[in-house]
Formats: sequence, structure tokens, C-alpha cells
Amino acid sequence: MHEHRDYEGAKIGMWLFLFTEVLLFGGLFLLYAVFLHRYPAEFHAAGKELSRTFGTVNTVVLITSSLFMALAISALQRGRTVLSQRLVLLTVALAGVFLVNKFFEWNAKIGHGIYPDSPGLLALPPGEMVFFNLYYLMTGLHGIHVVIGGAVLLYGWHLMRVGRVTPEHFVFLENGGLYWHLVDLVWIYLFPLFYLVV
Amino acid sequence: MTGHNTAHHAVPVRTNLLVWAALMVLTTITVGVTSFDFGFLNVVVALTVATTKAGLVILWFMHLRYEGRVIRLMVFTAFVILAIAIGLTFFDVAYR
Repeated sequence: MHEHRDYEGAKIGMWLFLFTEVLLFGGLFLLYAVFLHRYPAEFHAAGKELSRTFGTVNTVVLITSSLFMALAISALQRGRTVLSQRLVLLTVALAGVFLVNKFFEWNAKIGHGIYPDSPGLLALPPGEMVFFNLYYLMTGLHGIHVVIGGAVLLYGWHLMRVGRVTPEHFVFLENGGLYWHLVDLVWIYLFPLFYLVV
Repeated sequence: MTGHNTAHHAVPVRTNLLVWAALMVLTTITVGVTSFDFGFLNVVVALTVATTKAGLVILWFMHLRYEGRVIRLMVFTAFVILAIAIGLTFFDVAYR
């Protein structure tokens, strides 16, 4: 049976989807920027409350996971399927590390009584309240993307095992990789804006 | 339909590692620069470094360098639209 494939079309479709993601996060970044403009002192004070260590470690984790993903694609294109499978699993493992860090980070914040609609948060000045609400919204939405990305890559790994993603037909894994890099891209902006704002 | 994909570049391992190293250096810079207080310039530095990192990820990890004109033009258009949205918003917000 002849199966229709359109490599270029599949990739263009993926990019179009990524643009909607860029605009989704872009809108939230816009919201962040407007409120930073309105409450610079409060954002400064609230940003100091976030753990720079967690933020930095997760940045390193995510960038390294992106490297593994890029290496996985290169390996597959060279016909090294087993190596590619391992690299995809490493990428997914780092996604897990990222989420575990995020859990401890959020846990500490929630332990200090800072979470959406908490009495502690509502008692803060409006600017700090906005900062923490945006923090939970944006890192939460990003976290959901990490979960989805990890699941997609795991499925890609499965497709390699059953021989449906091969060195000849790898567009599924390539598109999964594109999604994963987008997740990294969003974090590249989230990190300085939330953890390093001065 | 086969044989189409094989024409595409496999990015060399070395290139991927170099991009990763550059991203690490930029991360160190963006963390390190926060110990100095340049006021508003800190935000500018943070965003410049972040955009440089984003460029590296898009061009190499996302293979945009190796894509054809159609996808490159699409990505460019998407970011121009985002820039217009941000620019026009601040044209409003900054002068209130």
C-alpha cells in the first residue's frame, strides 16, 4: 500500500502551530511587560523572593535537554537509530528533572503562603500580587508544555522502536523536537524576567 | 516519496555542542550581570542575552539555518507580527 507523505507540508504545519504558541506566550509576556512598566519597584521586590538557584538549574537542565534532542535528530538522520532512541530518553529524563525541580520550587512558595488567591498573596501590594499571579500562570502554562513535550517525545521514542520513525521518515520526531525547542525558547525568556529582574 | 528526507543536513555533533556551550556562556553572563545594578539597563541586557540565546536555538537546534525560503519567511513574519503587537502596545502604555 502506498502511504502518502509530505515532508515539507508536515514541517510547515508544525511551524504554523508553533506560531500560535509564540503568540499565546507572547500575549502573556506583553502583560508582564506592561505591569513591569507600571510597578517596577514591586516587581523588583517580588522577583527577589524567587529562588535564583532553582531558576538557574532548570535553565541548564532545559538547554541541555535541547542539546540531547538536537543530537537525537542528527543521530537518526545518520541512521543511528539506537543512539537516537537513547538520546530521546535522556531528553525526556531531563524534562522529568525540570518538573521535579519545579515541584519543589512551587512547594516552597506555597509553603510560604504565596499561591493564587491565598490570604498571604492578597495582603501583598497590588504590584507584587500581579507578579506572583503572572509567575504561577506563566510557569504553570510552561510546565504543562513540558509535560506535553515529554509525552510527545516518549511517543516518538515508541515509534522508533516499532520502526515507524526511521532514518528515512523522521518528520514526527523532528516536529516533536521543534516543539521541545519551543518549550526551551519560552523558558529562555521566563528565566531572566522572573528570576533575574532587577 | 522516499529519498526526500535524506537530502537534508544532519547537523554535525560538534556544531550542536558548540551551540550548547554558547548557550551556557550566555546563561552565565545573564546570571552574573545581575550582581551589578545598571538600573533599567539590566532589563535591556537580560532581554538582549535572551534574544541571542533564542536566535541560537532557532537557527541551529530548530534547523532554521538549513530550511528553505518558505519556512524562513514564515518565521520572520511571525516574529514581525509579535514585534508589532509589543511595539504598538508600548506606544500606548508608555505615553499614558
